[in-house]
Amino acid sequence: MTTLVANRSSTEDTLKPRRRRPIKSSYPTWFYIPAGVFYFVLFAVPTFASFYFSLTRWTLFDTEFIGLDNFVQFFSEPMLLRGFTNTFVFGFLTSGAKVVLGLLLGVFLTSQLAARGYLRSVVFFPVLVSAIGVGITFKVLMDPFGGLINSGLALLGITGPAWLTDPSLALFSVALVDIWKGLGIATLIYIAGIAAIPQEYYEAARVDGANAWHRFWRITVPLVRPATTTVVLLSLIGGLRAFDLIWAMTRGGPGFTSDVIGSVIYKQYQAGFYGLSTAGNVVLFLVVTAIVVPISLWFSRREVER
Amino acid sequence: MSMRQGARKGSVVLGTAALVAAMAACSSGGGGDGDQIEITFLTQSDTDNVAAAEALIEAFEAENTDVSVTLETQPGGTEGDNLMKTKLATGEMPDVFHYNSGSLLQALNPDQNLVDLSDQEWADTLIEDMANVVSTDNGLYGVPWGSTQAGAVMYNKPIYEELGLEVPTDWAGFMANNEAILAAGTAVPIIQTYGDTWTSQLFVLGDFANVTAQDPDWAAEYTAHNRFYADDPALQGFENQQAAYEAGFFNEDFASALFDDGLRMLATGEGAHYPMLTGAGANISLNYPDNVEDVGVFALPAQDAADTRLTVWLPNAMYIPNTTEGDQLEAAQRFLAFTQSEEGCRVQTEILTPSGPFTTDACELPEDAAPTLTDVQAYFEAGTTFPALEFLSPIKGPNLEQITVEVGSGIRPAADGAALYDEDVEKQAQQLGLEGW
Repeated sequence: MTTLVANRSSTEDTLKPRRRRPIKSSYPTWFYIPAGVFYFVLFAVPTFASFYFSLTRWTLFDTEFIGLDNFVQFFSEPMLLRGFTNTFVFGFLTSGAKVVLGLLLGVFLTSQLAARGYLRSVVFFPVLVSAIGVGITFKVLMDPFGGLINSGLALLGITGPAWLTDPSLALFSVALVDIWKGLGIATLIYIAGIAAIPQEYYEAARVDGANAWHRFWRITVPLVRPATTTVVLLSLIGGLRAFDLIWAMTRGGPGFTSDVIGSVIYKQYQAGFYGLSTAGNVVLFLVVTAIVVPISLWFSRREVER
Repeated sequence: MSMRQGARKGSVVLGTAALVAAMAACSSGGGGDGDQIEITFLTQSDTDNVAAAEALIEAFEAENTDVSVTLETQPGGTEGDNLMKTKLATGEMPDVFHYNSGSLLQALNPDQNLVDLSDQEWADTLIEDMANVVSTDNGLYGVPWGSTQAGAVMYNKPIYEELGLEVPTDWAGFMANNEAILAAGTAVPIIQTYGDTWTSQLFVLGDFANVTAQDPDWAAEYTAHNRFYADDPALQGFENQQAAYEAGFFNEDFASALFDDGLRMLATGEGAHYPMLTGAGANISLNYPDNVEDVGVFALPAQDAADTRLTVWLPNAMYIPNTTEGDQLEAAQRFLAFTQSEEGCRVQTEILTPSGPFTTDACELPEDAAPTLTDVQAYFEAGTTFPALEFLSPIKGPNLEQITVEVGSGIRPAADGAALYDEDVEKQAQQLGLEGW
């Protein structure tokens, strides 16, 4: 109901842009005040304050205005390039894997299966566990000496790698756990998307002689695009600002080899470089926006074209 | 400005609310006298710290029946540093807390946050070196807890006896010993435990007395931004760590092993050398009481035997935040004074196991000391000790432990690591507002 009203008014607006008048609200002004105050105090003020504080060297007691020095310092940070590369690798890798695996699991879990409900909830369970808990558990499981994973591999005669302590592998090990943990959400979204596709399309395709591959590739994949958009955006945003799992599992180590922007910023905050880490957060905000907004626009345009 | 005032008012309101709640809880739970003063004491959560704190509280409460002390713990390391700063800034700091002296204390901004204790009776008993590292120009803020300790090589004596090795005085001798131990094949020459990243810093930090021996002004010039880790003699610590890694002297699981694993290996003879703070001796006497006599100490050798000195850490101290007031403040001051009493010294000697001389006249070393202590004392008697850098300069970069993990794992060459650390300390110096940075 509300969406219908909203749609109509927006089309009217686009048709007759000049006749835009002050919108007559259906609620009295005081009705908006609580939400407005919350928004202003908790979101608007801190956001703009952070832009200011990123230009200062501050402690909790006083501030010193230093212009753009923090940004200069932040970008000359030797760990930063590593952090950026790792962030992108981590973000795109986990996002891509969640799309592919989520879609496949979604198809699997919407088919006629025994114990379908149970299997669906099993996939979703990791989402419910806290990232720190998952991280610490996997740190133990992935211990190169005596960890369950490598002990299991040893039984099969395979020498497992040093998952979290091999500098070239640590980031990917964390990514693997992140995919495992986040897959439930992606699958859930795909299940909803697939369930919304009318069965008639499949029946018609079958009559036309389309095999299973065609039905998947020509019908399911295009028609779950809204779900794909959501999964890509959610997991990409999540991946680009990933921190908790990485911190719990490697603390950015060994050394700096699995540092992402989030952990670089956190370490700066931890060291008491508040201004510098505020600048880092502003940069992170801009970077994530610069990546996510175009992707979002691109996807929504494709949806409209369809 | 107004925002800050608002925040402060808010915290006062919250604090009052918490106080009222605490008082309510106290009055409802209290069985007998209503004058019981409650204070909380914050220390680090590792076993020996907690054991010592519990023993101290027990002894204190036995003599001061009107005070009850609650123990709170938190992790140490950089995480702990951050928690300390946050607790002080938000006024959430317990009435008494235990923390590092020297550069880490300076980072807490003591003049603004801590209670000046220079009028206390024990204040005159501190040796000068100790008083310096718990003071600013405006006051004295802490009472030492525990003894001095050395950052040195702890070694397994039975292995040395078995292989007929001598304590090395120069780096080449140390490496030759490692080679012999490796060839014998029964033990790992050098124990490293990068699962606890802070333990990776000893090659660099423990080498500092050797740096001072070669360049007496190094620390002061470093603070003035005229000396760098990327240059000799300070670079040597990084290079030694790299050399030890490249020679293959480390235990197989060095990347994931923890501090406790390292001590186990050292005490039981799985490993021969562990560059570590000798305060770890307390942990050994707690967990491996049968092996206390097996562990000795020697200074991390310099390249030239003439430069080899023992690097000494001054003890941590206990402090009172200026949010502690009234009865609590009085009780907290009594608690600090108690640490310097006979009973307090007993806890310091029995539980904390001294690993070097005390820094006050109040306590005396035990007669029947473990080799970890007597070996360190020998250096003090010979006058071949220097304080660690963190007690001579306020600058300590936050990323040293990650950098030394990289150097010690072959991820980054020594020269690179040292240069990176020079950049790292720059931020710290700027945040402290030092001249010349």
